[in-house]
Amino acid sequence: MSADKMMNVTINGMPVQVEDGATILQAAKKLGIKIPTLCYMELDCFNFEHRKGSCRICVVEVEGRRNLAPACCTPVMDKMVIHTHSPRAVNGRRTVLDLILSDHPKDCLTCNKSGNCELQTLAADFKLTTVKYEGEQSVYPLDLANESIVRDLNKCIMCRRCESACNEMQTVGILSGVRRGFEAVVAPTLEKPLNETNCVFCGQCVAACPVGALTAVIRNQDVLDALNNPKKTVVVQTAPAVRVAIGEGFGMEPGTVSTGKMVTALRRLGFDAVFDTDFAADLTIMEETTEFLGRVKAGENLPILTSCCPGWVKFFEHQFPDLVHIPSTAKSPQQMFGAIAKTYYAEKIGVDPKDLVVVSIMPCLAKKYEAARPEFTRDGVRDVDIVLSTRELVIMLHEAGIQLDLLEEGQYDNPLGESTGAAVIFGASGGVLEAALRTAADWLTGQDLQSVDFTAVRGLEGTKEATVEVAGLQVKAAVVSGLGNARRLLERIRSGEAEYHVIEIMACPGGCLNGGGQPYIHGDTTILEARMKAIYDADKGLPKRKSHQNPDIIKLYEEFLGEPGSHLAHELLHTHYVARGDA
Amino acid sequence: MIDTPERLTQYAALLGDPAAKNKILVSMGTCGIAAGTTPVLDSLRAALETRGLANSIRLVEVGCMGLCHSEPTIELHNAETGQQVIFGNVTPEQAGAVLDAFSGEIKGLDTISRGWYYPEEEENVNGVPQARIALRNCGRINPEKLEDYIASKGYQALAKAVTKMTPQDVVQEIMASGLRGRGGGGFPTGVKWSFAAREKNDSKYVICNADEGDPGAFMDRAVLEGDPHSVLEAMAIAGYAIGSGNGVIYIRAEYPLAIQRLQIAIEQAKHEGLLGENIFGSGFAFDIELKYGAGAFVCGEETALIHSIEGMRGEPTFKPPFPAVEGLWKKPTIVNNVETFANVAAIIRKGADWFTSLGTEKSPGTKVFALAGKVKKVGLVEVPMGTPLRDIIFGIGQGIREDKEFKAVQTGGPSGGCIRANKLDTPIDYDSLIALGSMMGSGGMIVMDEDDCMVNVARFFLEFTLDESCGKCTPCRVGNKRLFEMLTEITQGKGTPETLDKLRNLGQTIKDTALCGLGQTSPNPVLSTLIQFPEEYEAHIVDKRCPAGVCSRLITYTITDACVGCTLCARNCPVGCISGERKQKHVIDQSKCIRCGVCYDTCKFHAIAKN
Repeated sequence: MSADKMMNVTINGMPVQVEDGATILQAAKKLGIKIPTLCYMELDCFNFEHRKGSCRICVVEVEGRRNLAPACCTPVMDKMVIHTHSPRAVNGRRTVLDLILSDHPKDCLTCNKSGNCELQTLAADFKLTTVKYEGEQSVYPLDLANESIVRDLNKCIMCRRCESACNEMQTVGILSGVRRGFEAVVAPTLEKPLNETNCVFCGQCVAACPVGALTAVIRNQDVLDALNNPKKTVVVQTAPAVRVAIGEGFGMEPGTVSTGKMVTALRRLGFDAVFDTDFAADLTIMEETTEFLGRVKAGENLPILTSCCPGWVKFFEHQFPDLVHIPSTAKSPQQMFGAIAKTYYAEKIGVDPKDLVVVSIMPCLAKKYEAARPEFTRDGVRDVDIVLSTRELVIMLHEAGIQLDLLEEGQYDNPLGESTGAAVIFGASGGVLEAALRTAADWLTGQDLQSVDFTAVRGLEGTKEATVEVAGLQVKAAVVSGLGNARRLLERIRSGEAEYHVIEIMACPGGCLNGGGQPYIHGDTTILEARMKAIYDADKGLPKRKSHQNPDIIKLYEEFLGEPGSHLAHELLHTHYVARGDA
Repeated sequence: MIDTPERLTQYAALLGDPAAKNKILVSMGTCGIAAGTTPVLDSLRAALETRGLANSIRLVEVGCMGLCHSEPTIELHNAETGQQVIFGNVTPEQAGAVLDAFSGEIKGLDTISRGWYYPEEEENVNGVPQARIALRNCGRINPEKLEDYIASKGYQALAKAVTKMTPQDVVQEIMASGLRGRGGGGFPTGVKWSFAAREKNDSKYVICNADEGDPGAFMDRAVLEGDPHSVLEAMAIAGYAIGSGNGVIYIRAEYPLAIQRLQIAIEQAKHEGLLGENIFGSGFAFDIELKYGAGAFVCGEETALIHSIEGMRGEPTFKPPFPAVEGLWKKPTIVNNVETFANVAAIIRKGADWFTSLGTEKSPGTKVFALAGKVKKVGLVEVPMGTPLRDIIFGIGQGIREDKEFKAVQTGGPSGGCIRANKLDTPIDYDSLIALGSMMGSGGMIVMDEDDCMVNVARFFLEFTLDESCGKCTPCRVGNKRLFEMLTEITQGKGTPETLDKLRNLGQTIKDTALCGLGQTSPNPVLSTLIQFPEEYEAHIVDKRCPAGVCSRLITYTITDACVGCTLCARNCPVGCISGERKQKHVIDQSKCIRCGVCYDTCKFHAIAKN
């Protein structure tokens, strides 16, 4: 079909012209007519569309057609006459909603997803006062066996968005429809719990789920317990991407940078010290860049792959066990922070590491899993004790009556609160690479270079490639976000088709700003664009924009670690990977 | 190697006229084997040996003759006299009598008159009701012998198509024949082929849908077991017509004999060059592979079938894109049913005009039905389109068993509906059945009598759909469950007039909103019985009574004065709710009775009344 041919259609008596191949939904949108949808999901900036036509909420009447047409996946035809709210269409739609509700728990008030549930919104829009076709409801066991994700399939409406997110976007490929008829539901093979599968806990399924079937594990009570335990010193670290999204939980414009307000809020919650994961991000750059330049110099074991993202780490452990030697051995910033807090900082403040509780606020659900990995526990003490997602912090603040939007700006505590612009940009896809290049360039030239912006690696595109000149060295770099893109690139590397020096990989499309623990975007990807812009604005506004210029990092090496890549640095800041293969 | 049309002609000539040999055809389809044909075959073979006739009378293992009511069946062909006789219910002990019949002396054998003719080779001189085109070789040739097929004009159509016709000619011929999809939808086959033919693509697929799944339907199995080469030949013709070199037969794994015979046929065809490269020297290449279905009814839906072949979950996807544009492995694909293919070679040989001379204007040709249920003569029948239901049920089927009263006939399986006596004279074709609220479906035809409860029948079919729905779209997944629950309420006496309104509205809405053909037709058994048999629904709802005495919750058993006090019922009652003195009238305690009907069945004096 040629896209240049235009189709003339009439919707609710109004003419509209759309391109050949456009759907009824798209044509209606052009006229400002809203057709309700539920299973349909579109993520514009990733060119991702989930259009299975399975829920049937979007049915409309098309003249001359035997049955109702799902607007989301029916292409328009020339001279098509469509009625989006004829009695027949409304009856069909209402009955479909009624049927969905008849097999859905009515425990909205106590549902994790309450207020963010698309089914709840639809029900509110339609105002069905009774469910006409009540009957038996499906019953499935809960999956509570992992650190990150809760699966409550009693709430599953079979929209299959999670499946598309897992299989098509991320190519993790663990979810599919299982069982038949009324019992059909989405689950891993043999209905295994997630922790027995290749699941990487990226949380993109949770982000995609319109209802409360997939939600995050909530650990707020553990944090409250720690805060109220007089024996414990409780510190908190905040990841780069949290500060540009948390305001959304308080009605602030997407893209508002709320760093200072967030610090104040955390202090008011009662944390003994409020630190920044950005500090550890700077530390990561010191270690990773040292490793990178070492490998380049030796001309071996290239490309080096970033290892900040725990979803990505678990992905390659399962899917590319033959390549576990190429990622950087540097721990993620979260875990570097934990390791330094429990040693350097604990010693500094004279607290037994057992009595120091490290809490993380992360845009991510895989971070919950990462903190629980056995290699991140030393002498029975976890480096990071509790991980909360951005959404959980929003809940905690609401519960405590702390109105983030109204707070004054606060400052991070020292010594683990100081950071540079290089660390802030970790929150966007391309940021880690750009931060590393800034440091590498200075180190190789021995200068303090003024041009620090490597814009070629910025943006929400899934795969970005650039050859960057760093001090006369032609660095072939790639930046990938979204595991599907990562898989395609890794396969090219495995086959020898592609050659790079360095590759940044983040599991979530767009990077951490679109992490599985961030406030829900409900398909509005302009929110992601706003978050990304905020991250780069924050970087620009900072006086120091290179990790190696962070004074507290310099001090940390002087006082404690010695040189980047030192023996102690290796012990505390580096890790190893497990060739897991297929679960 | 049969690598030119001439060789095929020479080979056929060499084989001679199949009618010019003394033969005993033994029905060795799954049904025949299950009924005990194998010992009959052994016994006949032994008798031929003993009498020294092994060389003069050929014993031919054939597929199903369609005479399920009289299996094991055999057919005698006497080449000298031209006599052809069918015997039913043959036992191994009758082998001698069968051989005696060659000399014209028929004694102690159950003779069955042939109720069909072969339109391709003869006129209907006896005015029989059946016309066999799709079943033309079933029960006549040995399906495991390629020479039998070739002797019956086999592969002549393929030779003609690839050497004398252009692909467009073939599509045109099928289009002109008006052949419509025999799997249920009734979509014009030639039109489907033309869609795929006009797609430009290096690779295309021809799929044969052999995932026959309607309860009580076995037409496709009979064709595959009885005449596998006819399907292979037609698929190759289709491949030539649309420009495809790849054929896939998607067959349910529960058809082991059909699979075995297809494997043999494919092997033979490849060996002789009838499949493979450069067929009949035309340069056209075509190959066929088998894929096994795991028994999901929904995989009969073409997009679900395609996904199943691809190794994905067998569930339908929204059309467009249609398989003709984007099908298997995203290549242009046609999916046709077994019976559809079984008609193709005959059309190519005899021409579209011949085909359209049979059947009705909008539904030319014939249709195979699996006639089952309460008729006296169950079996496989093939009749010209437009034959009235009455002719099938009361003519071919010879009426209702035990001469009970006919109540309804269900066509179209779980997607179809029930038709009652006042519509029995409707000439059946695709369109008339839809007008009656039913549909052709793949050809299941289940006859019901006065003992069948129509609410329960609707519930039975819905239960089937409920199990077989893939669960993808809301109306089918949840809606059918709700319909089923409401029907269950009615059969338990818990229905209200409001239940009927809800059934109607929900049924209509499911038809209107479901994603695939399965969901869109799943309420048909409910909606059609609601229209055709409102009084039965009312009896369940208003009078709390099941007129057919099927719905156990609505039945009361009482003991009448005919009771002689034999105590048999009391001794057999599983819950001990019958009491009474010996030789005195007994009584049923209604509060304990579970309405199992054991007393009713055991009483020798008809003293138990069922209301």
